[in-house]
Amino acid sequence: MCKECGCETALNSAAARGHRHPHVHAHADGVMHAHEHSHEDASAGNHRTIPLEERVLAHNDRLAAQNRAWLAERRIVALNLISSPGTGKTFLLERTLERLRDRVGCAVIAGDQHTDNDKVRLARTGVPVEQIETLSSCHLDAEKVAAVLPRVVKENTRLLFIENVGNLVCPAAFDLGETFKVALLSTTEGEDKPVKYPVLFTAAQVVVLTKLDLVPHLDWDLVRCRQFIQRVHPGVFVFELSAKSGAGMDAWCQYLERLVV
Amino acid sequence: MHELSLAQALIGEIERIKAKEKAAEVLSVTVRLGALSGVDRASFEFVFPLAVEGTSLEGLNLVIRETPALIGCEDCGKETQPELAFFRCAACGSARVKITGGREFLIESMEVQGDDEEPDGDRVRPETEERQDV
Repeated sequence: MCKECGCETALNSAAARGHRHPHVHAHADGVMHAHEHSHEDASAGNHRTIPLEERVLAHNDRLAAQNRAWLAERRIVALNLISSPGTGKTFLLERTLERLRDRVGCAVIAGDQHTDNDKVRLARTGVPVEQIETLSSCHLDAEKVAAVLPRVVKENTRLLFIENVGNLVCPAAFDLGETFKVALLSTTEGEDKPVKYPVLFTAAQVVVLTKLDLVPHLDWDLVRCRQFIQRVHPGVFVFELSAKSGAGMDAWCQYLERLVV
Repeated sequence: MHELSLAQALIGEIERIKAKEKAAEVLSVTVRLGALSGVDRASFEFVFPLAVEGTSLEGLNLVIRETPALIGCEDCGKETQPELAFFRCAACGSARVKITGGREFLIESMEVQGDDEEPDGDRVRPETEERQDV
């Protein structure tokens, strides 16, 4: 019997060899789908199952490895910042760059679906910025980053921030060649996001809680949030800060500076 | 919804392996999907047939094998399956754990047939062609 369509013709019979017939089957989404289907010489035609352990994202991973090697050669630490839209990634970067730019050579790659608004904002800090507009895509990938790396990285660059497209899900699946991922979570998003989106929070080496200045106005429990983070990623480094009030910014910036010393 | 990008990446890898193996036709592909891979199975199964439509892989059977998250305990040494998303050793309750499985998104195997003399060519054999039985 044909494994693909289940037609009753024995594949090793002479009649089966090389015949084609229309074939209808249901897809997982319930849509019936018809197409011509061939039994091309299956018995004699070297029908075989090839065992593989190939990564589906092998192409992206190869490019990411190239980016990683390129950055390492230049002794650059690259952070892939991932969060939902509106967590305050750009604002945190603005305040961070203002504090760090005189002591550490910084550069930024900003990813958004549309507009160069982030580039315009971040360029005011005087730090080199490149914007990637991903258009229909919901994440950055290694190829897009590779294309802008030589432009954004300067002789003195030691710390590269890659601000990913605002999205708590998709960017976590794509290695960009970063040194590590940083997950950001704001106080307006609810304490339990880490357990709802464990893929990112298990992969991130650092978690940054933003907009701590809003806590008095919210029913948001810092202790509970910390517990959820530790459930998903025991021992992960957590920063609590407000880029607006400046609370926690010293510890964050000192940490970043230590990464590149 | 990054599953379309993932489907396109999968198609690229299948085409590459098909050419390398000099296979004429790919009948099925088995993909191993870890619970922490960040890939949504339903979305992936929805977009994959759309992504292969009109290519030489149209009609290809996609088999998905899901694998659980696994954690290795640094205290008792056991590898256990955590209850998502609560990463504690299921044997001793320790938080000193490392993720040892569940991040994979792999092509486990491919079922192919035929030999393609021109690995890069998109080959369609005419129906009337004489076949050689080996």
